[in-house]
Amino acid sequence: MRTARFLIAPVTAAAVALSLGACGSGSGGSDDSTIKVAYQKFGNFTQADELFKDVKADFEEANPGITVELVPIEAQQNDYFTKLALMNRSPSTAPDVMYEDTYMIKSDVEAGYLAPLDDYLAEWDDWGQFVDSAKEAGAGDDGKIYGVPMGTDTRGLWFNKAVLADAGLPEDWAPKSWDELLDAARTIKESNPDVVPFNMYSGKPQGEAAVMQGFEMLLYGTGDTLYEDGKWVTGSQGFIDALGFVETVFGEGLAPTPQQALDTNIGNTVQAEWLPDGKVGIALDGSWVAGNWLESGVAPWPEWSEEMGTAPMPTQDGQDPGAVSMSGGWTLAMGSGSKNPDAAFEFISMALNRENSLWFDVANSQIAVRTDVAEDPEYTATNPTTEFFTGLVDVTNFRPATSDYPKVSNEIMVAMEAVMTGQQTPEEAAAAYDEAVVGIVGEENTVQG
Amino acid sequence: MAVTSRRVARVVPLAPAVVLLALFMLGPVVWSFYGSFTNAALTGPAALNPEWIGFDNYVALVGDPDFPKSLWLTVVFVFLSAVVGQNVMGIALAGMMRSAVRPVRSITSTVVVAAWVLPEIVAAFAAYAFFHSEGTLNSLLAGIGVQGPDWLYSTPMLAVIVANIWRGTAFSMMVYSAALAEVPPELTEAAQLDGANGWQRLTWVTLPVIRRSISTNLMLTTLQTLSVFTLIYVMTGGGPGTDSSTLPILAYQEAFKFAQVGYGTAIATVMIIVGGIFSVIYIRALRPEVD
Repeated sequence: MRTARFLIAPVTAAAVALSLGACGSGSGGSDDSTIKVAYQKFGNFTQADELFKDVKADFEEANPGITVELVPIEAQQNDYFTKLALMNRSPSTAPDVMYEDTYMIKSDVEAGYLAPLDDYLAEWDDWGQFVDSAKEAGAGDDGKIYGVPMGTDTRGLWFNKAVLADAGLPEDWAPKSWDELLDAARTIKESNPDVVPFNMYSGKPQGEAAVMQGFEMLLYGTGDTLYEDGKWVTGSQGFIDALGFVETVFGEGLAPTPQQALDTNIGNTVQAEWLPDGKVGIALDGSWVAGNWLESGVAPWPEWSEEMGTAPMPTQDGQDPGAVSMSGGWTLAMGSGSKNPDAAFEFISMALNRENSLWFDVANSQIAVRTDVAEDPEYTATNPTTEFFTGLVDVTNFRPATSDYPKVSNEIMVAMEAVMTGQQTPEEAAAAYDEAVVGIVGEENTVQG
Repeated sequence: MAVTSRRVARVVPLAPAVVLLALFMLGPVVWSFYGSFTNAALTGPAALNPEWIGFDNYVALVGDPDFPKSLWLTVVFVFLSAVVGQNVMGIALAGMMRSAVRPVRSITSTVVVAAWVLPEIVAAFAAYAFFHSEGTLNSLLAGIGVQGPDWLYSTPMLAVIVANIWRGTAFSMMVYSAALAEVPPELTEAAQLDGANGWQRLTWVTLPVIRRSISTNLMLTTLQTLSVFTLIYVMTGGGPGTDSSTLPILAYQEAFKFAQVGYGTAIATVMIIVGGIFSVIYIRALRPEVD
């Protein structure tokens, strides 16, 4: 019995440590003859994989003696950040080139994972083609550029015209306020109870998709924001109202059931199955969704441009500017530990040259950030919604550009999930959020909304 | 001289085991303990230079509304699924199988042990498929005209507790089968002659004789259950909300979903303490009076 007593603590701790450590794994280290490229490949999102396979072939042909090792990370968005961060922590697994979300850049720069690219960009002729706002998105807090943008995006409402027609709603439906949007969803529910009237992403499993496509599309339409003049906003009415909207759609059964909504795969399901099959009426989603339905996508649907409609997401009561959108985008960044940075940058510049940017922006339905791509007839012609979503740039908002954002974003997911599952009222969840934000950034960095 | 060399000869074969234990068990424990006093993170400035922040993580834990809930869920999960479920089921099955006929005995033990033999991830998926809203259980209920609820969503703790009992009972059953076989038949016969009924024979003769097996088994099942992660993570992901987030799930979430490794290890350290408390209670409560 005495032996057992001494074994207890180590056994328990080892079990914990094993479960905590189970995530970190790596392949062999890279040297200067290998360029390791890490990117996300998950569900419907295979465009980056295709792009990098092509670029790998071209790059290896142009640079004999250097091998490109592709490391596709098959994980949902939040897990992708975790796995990428774990890879970055060890020099033997850290990638030379990585597919990096603009909102993680500042945080990862402070973590020392990324290398500044200014010296390379100064000598890269193509850099002049990138629009300034996109360049800005790849900057760290020190003003240096750490990521070369691949494209940007906006967000709005997609709707299945047939479902709306069954409910007596017009083909050019465009709600002017949240109430009109909710009324349309209620009408759809009455006309066909088997259809999910309205989809928005919510809760922890959806990660940043819930926060950006869901919550922030609501909050930035109330007139309130998350971040103002260098301080985080707490206690704003807009925050409570946005959570109230979440409560309404999930509480009234206008959205998928909370269990469906908390399934990690719902994004794929909605885009590849429910919208084409007419099982969802309206979806609050990104400009890239149509990429699934193109010939190169995972769920080709040639008739989509006839059957799907788009509308801007309205502001809360229709206040100016009448519509709201959020923009983000992904970049290619260079690992700070790269043993062959020259080759790594060459890979980045090849992957984002005119031809490859055009291919990626078209295949992934991105909004082009290179002016030569934006003017290309192939880009403007392939996707009839490009014009609509490009137009939303006028009303778009960007997420707070600070390294605390990813942590705050996590607290928003928690608040959304608490409200959608009925565990907290919007007021309670907003209060818990305020407390958490003060804990993250400190009382002195917050301002009463 | 002869004594020393014999001592050395005894210690040498143990050395590899001691080194391995230190490396893979003590190492993580020490690291976890150390990490819980830093603000180590996966991203942001703290990823580059974690700072020593003393007890800040623990102070934050106490103020975190998720933590007391998670601690309570862990205690409920361990108590109902390990202490009550697995132990009582285990001893009951072992007792009944002693008096069962041979084919019944082999079939029962095969079925029970099968759950234990399955890798945890497979068992977790099986339980998920069983409790899912359109899963086996609800299909069976529909067969008799009952519309079952969405177990994983409406009663997540019940689902994971039942799943853990199903998976872990085999272990207790085997421990108790071995222990019951060691109870001297003279004792029970003597008690029977003195007029003790079945219940009295169990509580006054059998249980005291096997009490050391009971305490060992309680301790092992408790510690195993305390660290159950895969089963819950696959079945409910700790949700809905935080309704089934036991401490391992909470630790994982804070460390890897929310990138706060230091905070996650503080939760892990609390788990070590909870495990220690359970163990001390067993050792005290079941200490042999005469040995």
